[in-house]
This record gives sequence, structure tokens and C-alpha cells, in this order.
Amino acid sequence: MGAYALRRLLGIVPVLLVIFTLSFVLMRAAPGGPFDAEKPVPAEVKRNLELKYHLREPWCEARFLPALARPDLQPAAEKALRAENAWASRGERLCTGVFQYGWLLANYATGDFGPSYKYKDRSVNEFIAAGLPVTIQLGLVAMVFALIIGLAAGLVAAMRHNAWEDHAAMGAALLGISIPNFVLGPVLILVFSLTLFWLPPARWDGWQYMILPGFTLGSVYAAYIARLTRGGMLEVIRQDYVRTARAKGLKERVVILRHALRGGMLPVISYLGPALAGLFTGSIVIERIFNIPGMGRYFVDAALNRDITLAMAVVVVDAIFLLVANLLVDLALGLLDPRVRYDA
Amino acid sequence: MTSTPLAVAGTDETLEDVRGTSLWQDAWRRLKKNRMAVFSAGLLVVMFLFVVAGPWLSPYTFEQQDLAYGAQGPSLAHWFGTDMHGRDLLVRTMHGGRISLLVGLLATFVSLTIGVAYGAISGYFGGKIDAAMMRVVDVLYVIPFMFVVILFLVLFGRSLILLFVALGAVSWLTMARIVRGQVISLKNAEFVDAARASGVGHLGIVFRHLVPNALGSIVVYATLTIPRVMLEEAFLSYLGLGVQPPAASWGLLVADGANSMTFLPHMLIFPGLLLTATLFALNFLGDGLRDALDPRMKT
Repeated sequence: MGAYALRRLLGIVPVLLVIFTLSFVLMRAAPGGPFDAEKPVPAEVKRNLELKYHLREPWCEARFLPALARPDLQPAAEKALRAENAWASRGERLCTGVFQYGWLLANYATGDFGPSYKYKDRSVNEFIAAGLPVTIQLGLVAMVFALIIGLAAGLVAAMRHNAWEDHAAMGAALLGISIPNFVLGPVLILVFSLTLFWLPPARWDGWQYMILPGFTLGSVYAAYIARLTRGGMLEVIRQDYVRTARAKGLKERVVILRHALRGGMLPVISYLGPALAGLFTGSIVIERIFNIPGMGRYFVDAALNRDITLAMAVVVVDAIFLLVANLLVDLALGLLDPRVRYDA
Repeated sequence: MTSTPLAVAGTDETLEDVRGTSLWQDAWRRLKKNRMAVFSAGLLVVMFLFVVAGPWLSPYTFEQQDLAYGAQGPSLAHWFGTDMHGRDLLVRTMHGGRISLLVGLLATFVSLTIGVAYGAISGYFGGKIDAAMMRVVDVLYVIPFMFVVILFLVLFGRSLILLFVALGAVSWLTMARIVRGQVISLKNAEFVDAARASGVGHLGIVFRHLVPNALGSIVVYATLTIPRVMLEEAFLSYLGLGVQPPAASWGLLVADGANSMTFLPHMLIFPGLLLTATLFALNFLGDGLRDALDPRMKT
């Protein structure tokens, strides 16, 4: 198992490289530069900024289009120059891109995500250090909600197979899957915060702030977990070892919780990996609705501000978390299910 | 037996008189027994007519302002009330439904095309090709694609076409796996040998013989993909990255409604209710179709 874990851990590296490359290519291919939306600065200042972020590479300029290397080159003049020498300009862009890719990759490898394009006094690492714990808390709260509600509903539905409890639980689950969290969230705020005044509608300052967002984010997963638990339990309950447990005269409660649940839980556990991916995506909108300062909020703001370094770092950091979480889920599955073999 | 294109194999003369039930007739019978699925199908038809025909019957257009009735709750003149700009919410909801359904259907079509072709080719050729193609799918599975789609839409403009192409291009993975599994289980069947013996090429076998026989699973999964991509479209529109005002989609209307829910709750409730009802009906119908067409398939 140790060897298997190590191999899987190494397998994460190429996937991360794909994600990194994909977002890098998107960023390079996008029209317009990161500083276009700001107040025009003197050409020399802009040039120094671009040199700092490796958007310009003197070596590439010298190779392909030496006329670009003048520090006082105005944007309009640069545009004309590039239009005149289209192929040389493309070559210079590609060459710079390769350099920038290597530079960014080397920085990422050492855990340095560089400065933010938009907030020049703050590094991307600071944003992530502030946002990641909040998003992880939110995800954990949502997961706990989802597991408690989902397992309970699924167990009841399986125990009372085809009775009204079963239909009610499964109907509720389908409703949970269908109701978008950005509809549920505002409705819950309207009812519990603005009408009943029970819970705060926004921010992230303590346990009472976690209830509404956690429930909103977790409801979909509660629904899926309920369906998977029901399906898993219905399958397991017919098996011989459960019949044996009953025949021994064990109490029904013991049979279900001790014997059946362990097997019936397996589909739920293998679902936790994909669910985590969904939690990260879902937190984008939940953090916006409830005004929570987490990774999702930073990501959307960064994307809208064209703060590409920050947006890219969020994607890569989230991906690292997802991949590690998926690996842990697979290992847990192996510990719980003796039928899983790692050498295959 | 000639009624469906699927009943290709093994009809011989003596059986001609006995009317067999095809897979589809069987499924239809099972589906009709599932009352919730039938109800959902009915609801979807009504919803479809409502959003498609509704705007033609309405005295207002989706961008027309009625300044005498700005920001008001439901009334006789405006059944769903009006929004902050005095636009009729009923016609905006219908218009938004058109866009939401359109994006849902087109994105599903894109994902269907990629997923079926990819899965069928991978399953049919097998061996190293299959292993490599499925490894790619495994890798893509763990990428948090919504982040990439958001980046893409922000950087390359927020058009409707980019929206459904991007959504379709990232939601074909499960379809590819399902089709691959079906093709693998079918590719050694006798009718495939027969087709090959009569000189049909690889592509002909895959797309004329194998894919039509996997249609049941494809239909089921496509039905379940529609609500998923509709939800994703609404999610992007909610963030302001999808459809741009003054046009509307259900996600955008919900976002507007959430912003003004303290004093105009109807703006949240009506579009939210219609979106939820549609997604609910699509999911129920998909589940019903799965039980009817492919009882072995599970969540």
C-alpha cells in the first residue's frame, strides 16, 4: 500500500502540470495586457512593470525585434511596429511566453505565486493564506451537514424500503439535487436572517455564521449521499453475512450499524472525492452570496479584475487540494473494503 | 418489427407473426407506469410552451420599460410584477427560460457529440488506444473545470456561443465512459460480425451499428446532462459571466432577485421557482427513463 500511495502521489505531478499549462495558455492567449485597464503610465514605467512580471524578455526582443527594446517606446508606436513586422512580433511573443512559463513554473515549484497584478502591495501567497482556511472551514461544515443529513435520510429510506418514508426521503433528495444553491441561499437568508432574525446573513466571524452557508453548500451533497446510502444499503442488506448476523440473534440496530453500514457506506466514500471538487466550485457562489472572504470570492474578483496571477494560483492550489483529497479517499476505500487491491 | 430502427438482428420468417415487444415499447410501458415521470414530462411540455410561445402573447417585450409600474409586486397588468427598471417580470422570465433551455440543449448536444464519438472510438478499437484515451479522461476528471470555464469566459468575452461550447466541452467525460462501456459489451455480438463480414468499415460499424444499440443509455444520460448544464449556465449567469443584460436567463434573474429580495421578494421567487421546477422535472424524467430503459444502471 505504501508503494501504491507513493505512485499515486507522483501521479499528481503530471496532472498539476496539465492544469498549470492550461491556465497559462489561456492567460497568454487572451487579448489585451493585464495593465490595459489602468491609468496610462509613462512608457518607461510600463516597460519596467512588464519586465518585472516577465511579460517582456530583453533576450527575446534582441533576437526577434530589436526595435522593441527602446525604453521610451509609446504604446501606439509599438502597435504600429508590431503590425509592420507581424512574424517577428509573433516570434517575440512566443519566445517571451516560453521564458515566462519557465519563470512561473520555477516560482510555483518553490511555493511562490508571485505578486498580484491588481494589488501590487500584496503577494498572491498572502491572499491564499487568508482565503484557503476560510474555504476549507466552509467545505468541512458543508460536508458534516451533508454526511449527517444524507446518511440519516438514506438509512431511513433503506430500512423502510418502498414505504412512505422511502418515497418522502427520495423526493426530498431529488429536490435537493434540483434546487440551485444560489436560489436556496437567498431564500434561507430571507427567512432565517431578515424575517426571523435567528442567524446572521453574511460574513464569517464564528459558528453562527457557518450554519446557513454550510447548509446551503451541503444540501446537494446531502441529497446525493442519501441516494447512495440507500442504494448501498439495499444491496448489502440482501447479502449472506447480514443474514448470518440476523440469524445469530443480534438486535436489528447492531445488524444495521455494525454489519450492514460498513459495506453500504462504500459508494458514499467513493463519492467523497468528486463531492470535494463540487464543494470548491460551489463555494465560489456561496462565498459571494454570504459575503465570505474565501478562495472562491478571491477567484471571481481576480478573474473579473483580470488579476491573472491570483486567479491562476487559486486554480492550481484548489487542484492540489482536490488531487490529494481524491488520493486520501482512494486509500480510505482500500482500508474499509478488503476487496480493493492496489497492485492491479 | 419494422417499426423501430433498432430491431435489426435475428428476425426470421416464423417469428414475423408473433408481435414482439422491442426495447423501446417495453421501456415506454414501464415509463407510463411511473406517474412522477409522466407528470414531469407533462410539466416540461407546459414549461416549454410557456417560454417559447409566451413572449409572443405578451403585450410587453423583455426590455420594454413601464415607468408607471416600476418595482412593484404582482398585479393585473403585470402578473409576476415588475423589476427595478419597470420591466415586466413575466415576459422576462419567459425570455430567460428560452435562453436557459437553449443553452442547456445546445451544451448537451456539444457534450453528446464529443462524448459519444470519443467513447465509441475508444471502446471499439480497444487495446492501447483505449488505454491511452481513457487515461486522458481520468486526468480530465480531476480538473476543476468551472474555474477554467470562468477564466475562459472572462478573458475571451462573454458570448452565448462561447458559453454553451465551453459548458459542452467540459461535460462529456461521463458520457464517454458510459458509451465506451456499452460499445465494449456489444462489439463482439453477432450482428457486428455480420456487418463486418458484409464489408462495413470501422466507422460504419461504430456509428451505424454500435452507437444506435447503445442509444438507451445515451438518451438517459443526455436527459440527466441537460439539468446539469442548465444549472451551470445559471451559475455562470448568476456571477455575471453568462448572458449579458438587457437579455436575461434564469440565473441572471435569480441574481437580480437576490439583490433586491428585501423589498421585492417576488423577483427572487418567480424565476427561482421556475428554474427549480424545470430542473426537478428534468431530473425526475431522467431517473424515470433510466429505470425504464436501463434498469441495471445506477446512480
